[in-house]
Amino acid sequence: MRNTDYTDLKGRLHRFKSLIMTLVTGSWLLVTSVFAQQAVSSIDLIERARDFDGKEVVYQGEVIGEVMNRGGNSWVNLNDADNAIGIWMDNNFLGLISFCGNYKARGDWLEVRGIFNRACKSHGGDLDIHAISLKKIREGKVIKHRLVPEKQKLAIILSGVLLCLLIGQLLSRKLKRK
Amino acid sequence: MILRPTLADLKTVGYYLGKIIIGLGLSMLFPLVAAIAFKEINPAYDFIISALICLISGKLLILLCHTDKDPNWVQGMVVVSLAWLAASIFGAVPFYISGHWGSYLDCVFDAMSGFATTGLTLVQDLDHLSRAVNLWRHLIMFIGGQGVVVLALSFLVRGSAGAFRMYVGEGRDEKILPNVVETSRFIWIVSIVFLILGTLALAIVGRLEGMSWLNGFFHGACIFMAGFDTGGFAPQSQNILYYHSLSYEIVTIVIMVLGSLNFKLHYTLWLQSKKELTKNIETRTFFMTIMFTFFILAIGLSKLGVYPDALGLFRKGFYQLISGHTGTGYQTIYARQFIHEWGDIALTALIIAMGLGGAVCSTTGGIKMLRIGIIFKALYNDIKRVMLPEASIFIEKYHHIKEVILQDRQVRSAMLILLCYLGLYGSGAIVGMLFGYPALEALFESTSSAANVGLSCGITSAAMPALLKLTYIFQMWIGRLEFMSIFTLFSFFAAFVRGK
Repeated sequence: MRNTDYTDLKGRLHRFKSLIMTLVTGSWLLVTSVFAQQAVSSIDLIERARDFDGKEVVYQGEVIGEVMNRGGNSWVNLNDADNAIGIWMDNNFLGLISFCGNYKARGDWLEVRGIFNRACKSHGGDLDIHAISLKKIREGKVIKHRLVPEKQKLAIILSGVLLCLLIGQLLSRKLKRK
Repeated sequence: MILRPTLADLKTVGYYLGKIIIGLGLSMLFPLVAAIAFKEINPAYDFIISALICLISGKLLILLCHTDKDPNWVQGMVVVSLAWLAASIFGAVPFYISGHWGSYLDCVFDAMSGFATTGLTLVQDLDHLSRAVNLWRHLIMFIGGQGVVVLALSFLVRGSAGAFRMYVGEGRDEKILPNVVETSRFIWIVSIVFLILGTLALAIVGRLEGMSWLNGFFHGACIFMAGFDTGGFAPQSQNILYYHSLSYEIVTIVIMVLGSLNFKLHYTLWLQSKKELTKNIETRTFFMTIMFTFFILAIGLSKLGVYPDALGLFRKGFYQLISGHTGTGYQTIYARQFIHEWGDIALTALIIAMGLGGAVCSTTGGIKMLRIGIIFKALYNDIKRVMLPEASIFIEKYHHIKEVILQDRQVRSAMLILLCYLGLYGSGAIVGMLFGYPALEALFESTSSAANVGLSCGITSAAMPALLKLTYIFQMWIGRLEFMSIFTLFSFFAAFVRGK
């Protein structure tokens, strides 16, 4: 009797262990599948806004312009090369951002996971994403613009032509007066 | 009998065209200074090259076509219509050298869109464009809004009857002051005073909304120039949505409305009577058409439940409507949202608002409020005539700065322009449809370009067919100059072939 009880208990424990393992594995797979969710493009978000409305999405893009601080949160606009979409994020994420894209810099390439709003109720109907988590995919960099030598040459040639025209005009006026 | 234009005609046209091209070249000094200040070396050279090209071409024209004669009506109109083409071709040079546009045609498209204060754009990677080129995009709106010829009249052409003919040719038929040069200068004074105030207001709002002072002022100046001149360009690719700010939207609404008012009304409000604002036929018509179109638009949006609450509907719906009605083209939604979310009713209301436009002698395009007001007065008059006894005599008046008696010739002229605009909107839509775009989308984009608005439902892009780009360029040009000078230009060329 005692032996049977022991075997039964052992069997139950084994089943419990298997259940726990299955649950842990399942949760892990679920979490990783969410995190590994494929990034949605801005075109998809705009064209199929109703499908994504209120859902969690992953979106990637370059930080452009500048970070606009609004109290405890900030607006950051991320451009994925087709469109830029506004991301409403907690200021704690701002430490990740080191470059904003403009003429002189390539902005950081970020991946944001957040809730997509087709017409955000808290932001006057804006199409935006409220960030839950943020990851830097690629660091931005300063863009060094070197002078194109042909431009310099062309400017000198054109200045010469204008000067010749002005001298020619001056001479013709003098000749006319004589 | 049609007379073939003589060499003297061509010389007069060439001489004044040369002056205007020189004026354009000199205006490139502003972005050049900006390029130097922001240490943008390549854009600085872009503007040196572009300015030199303008100065050389203008000087050559002046030397070859030197004349002391004043332009007559035909020559004045031809100068104006060619000046706008020349401005777009020469103004596109810095765009082309910057490398942010796909082709020279795209550059000319954007330059025409800028000068005609439309706001449709084909620029690529706008978010990485230099400040100098960005400033030029907005400056050409500021120049175009006041008028390319008004600029030349203010600084380069002496006051004369010929100056007035060119002024009229630019789609303005009202003189504010007795002398046309003084009128042009007044237009610039009003614009510059508002530029300072508007830039300051936008910079402060920008700063409060988290922008740096430098960006606040730069964006403020750009947004003001394009907003007051009802243009619609913005320094970032998201247009006004970039700022995510209600305050910014409110300030831009005020700027857009100010830009859509008649300069003569500005003059009266500044120096004479504040009551004019409520009495004037244009402001009254403007108010009524805004209410009417917003009513339809709101029905359309609420029927589809596009926005979650009334605030969202008002903020998005009213903003796009005012932007369309004033002919500005600022957007706080993405272009494709018009098609995927707004629905046919709201889009139709917006198309009507875009087609109507703002006031005459302002920076807007479209049919314009004075004409709409006159047509409705005439309709009311005719209904009254039917209702009253046959023997009764009555005179219909309207108030536009002063009391004016409504006459048949005013109604005829208003109706003709109305028909021309409707034809222009329709023909552009047909071209769009021929390229496979749905009717409503094609009509939306066509009306937007012909009424110099700049709102887009997504058709306008660098990938659209070249012929459609040319169609929109033509629409922007003819819409801005209000037909007459373009018709005169065509007749001028026809006279070469058929004249004796």
